[in-house]
Amino acid sequence: MIKEAINYLSSPLFSFTAFIILFALAMKRIDIVGTKKFGWGLLIFVLVVFVWMVSDPVFFTIISLPDNVPIIILNGLVFWSTWYALYRGHQNDLRIEAGEGPIEGTPENREKVWAWPNLVYTELFAGILCTIFLIVWAIFLKAPLEEPANPTWAPNPAKAPWYFLGLQEMLVYFDPWMAGVVLPGLILVGLIAIPFIDVNPKGNGYYTFKERKFAITGFLFGWLALWVFLIQVGTFLRGPNWTFYGPFEYWDAHKVVAENNINLSEIIWIKMLNMGLPKNIFVREIFGLIATFGYMFGTIPLITKKWGQSYLERMGAIRYYIMLALILGMMSLPIKMYLRWFFDLKYILAMPEFELNL
Amino acid sequence: MSEGFAKKVANTQVWKAIFRHGPPNNARNRAAVVAGNVFLHLHPIKLKKSGVQLGYTWCMGGLTFFVFLALTVTGVLLMFYYRPTAEYAFTDIIGLREHVPLGIMRELHRWGAHLMVITVWIHMFRVFMTGSYKPPREFNWGVGVILLVLTMLLSFTGYLLPWDQLAIWAITVGSNMAKATPFLGQGGPGAALAKIGDFVLVSDKNDVRFQLLGGRFVGEAALLRFYILHCVFIPLVVAVLIAVHFWRVRKDGGISAPL
Repeated sequence: MIKEAINYLSSPLFSFTAFIILFALAMKRIDIVGTKKFGWGLLIFVLVVFVWMVSDPVFFTIISLPDNVPIIILNGLVFWSTWYALYRGHQNDLRIEAGEGPIEGTPENREKVWAWPNLVYTELFAGILCTIFLIVWAIFLKAPLEEPANPTWAPNPAKAPWYFLGLQEMLVYFDPWMAGVVLPGLILVGLIAIPFIDVNPKGNGYYTFKERKFAITGFLFGWLALWVFLIQVGTFLRGPNWTFYGPFEYWDAHKVVAENNINLSEIIWIKMLNMGLPKNIFVREIFGLIATFGYMFGTIPLITKKWGQSYLERMGAIRYYIMLALILGMMSLPIKMYLRWFFDLKYILAMPEFELNL
Repeated sequence: MSEGFAKKVANTQVWKAIFRHGPPNNARNRAAVVAGNVFLHLHPIKLKKSGVQLGYTWCMGGLTFFVFLALTVTGVLLMFYYRPTAEYAFTDIIGLREHVPLGIMRELHRWGAHLMVITVWIHMFRVFMTGSYKPPREFNWGVGVILLVLTMLLSFTGYLLPWDQLAIWAITVGSNMAKATPFLGQGGPGAALAKIGDFVLVSDKNDVRFQLLGGRFVGEAALLRFYILHCVFIPLVVAVLIAVHFWRVRKDGGISAPL
């Protein structure tokens, strides 16, 4: 009963929405999230849920695939690192408020120490621990080896390595040229551009949240919601034919899912105007073109008027517009996801004549 | 007695030839050991206390480098047993599994590869959360981003080498994305426009996917390409960029700290 409810609620619409709401709450209340009590509570909660989930045979068969084990390690580290960075940030924020400055800047911590033994020994121990960890992992878990390569028989589902499954999950919502080329390219360019866009001189060399609220919230959203979360969906919740399966749902290859996604042009010309699709593709796609260009350019003055003026003045025009372009590119993914879930929208702009579908 | 023995060893000509200084238990020798050793001289002689605290750095960058070294060693050992041809690749892996008692070299290499992807991500996360990309470290952040991408490409190219079903279909899924590159991939937007009369400029015989795989599907040519990318080309690029990355960490003022 509970498991069926979880299966139902873990569909991307609900789980992604819940994740974003929890994320927004966490960003609002760092004073709660960034405490040791919360950290311990979260750790215990996650461990209990994890143990309970693993005790389910269906979920266990998925999570115990050798190549899925790294994701468990990733998740553990992501949980810990996110909480710990926010905890340290919150501690420093309190110190800064009290006029003490960040803990990393106290005279005691600014003092210079010898690399030998302070740094060299730490590295040695970290290396030894890592070696032990790897050897134990290697002894207890055999590297997977399936049947010999057979180009004529594709497994179902055929999945990329786990670190690319977020991108493969994006294929549900975007064509490969977006999910596989443009969006990864934007991530790469966007990451490299961060130091040149972020002109906030504060928070350099110490943990903080309050002094860099906007930068940290934006980065965490991309990292946690659009990268790590989508990897989980792509790994644990996508079965044969890339159909959604709940964590406790058996991957039955015959599960039938109604595919009734339609394009924006069809919604407007056929359903709303009762006219049939025009022959000329540019007339047919006029609404998609308006929506696309409206999103790419029309939103910019609106956003600037409502929120952006102070950023524009502080950052200068070039930085500001590059940042807006990157944010619009990033947000195109969740926007498309919700359009799909709410309106069964397949493509906003559908020009298969040029392989240009959005 | 053991102390006397240690002293005797430290006084031999051989020991003195290798280590030009006494034990690092005073300021002079601690400086000498770090400055005089080619491996240790990656470090500064002295650094701010906040920079050596695990709570600040999490040691994730260091571990990434350590795992990279471990992968180099295990990878070289695996190369002794592995031929990158469609005929032998899979059976060589079987041989490695069946004929080497207690062998864990492939496991170490595979799990190490996964671990390196994870540690490099967490390293980037830490660098972001401490604002360490801010001036004067903007350039080194960019180098780091490229290294992160190369780490994933290293792992991705290695994924094909066992030549089993898992390998070729994962690479098929991944490399199909290249087919959709705008203008440069056969199925990408705008590629159909690249025509001279009836002559198609971008086809499945010359687009980016073909260049990546050396063919129209994941076959023997792709196996050789991925092998060379995995074992030679990308590691060389990564090694050079790691050198740049470490050099710039030092030149940009060491591990970040409040200004």
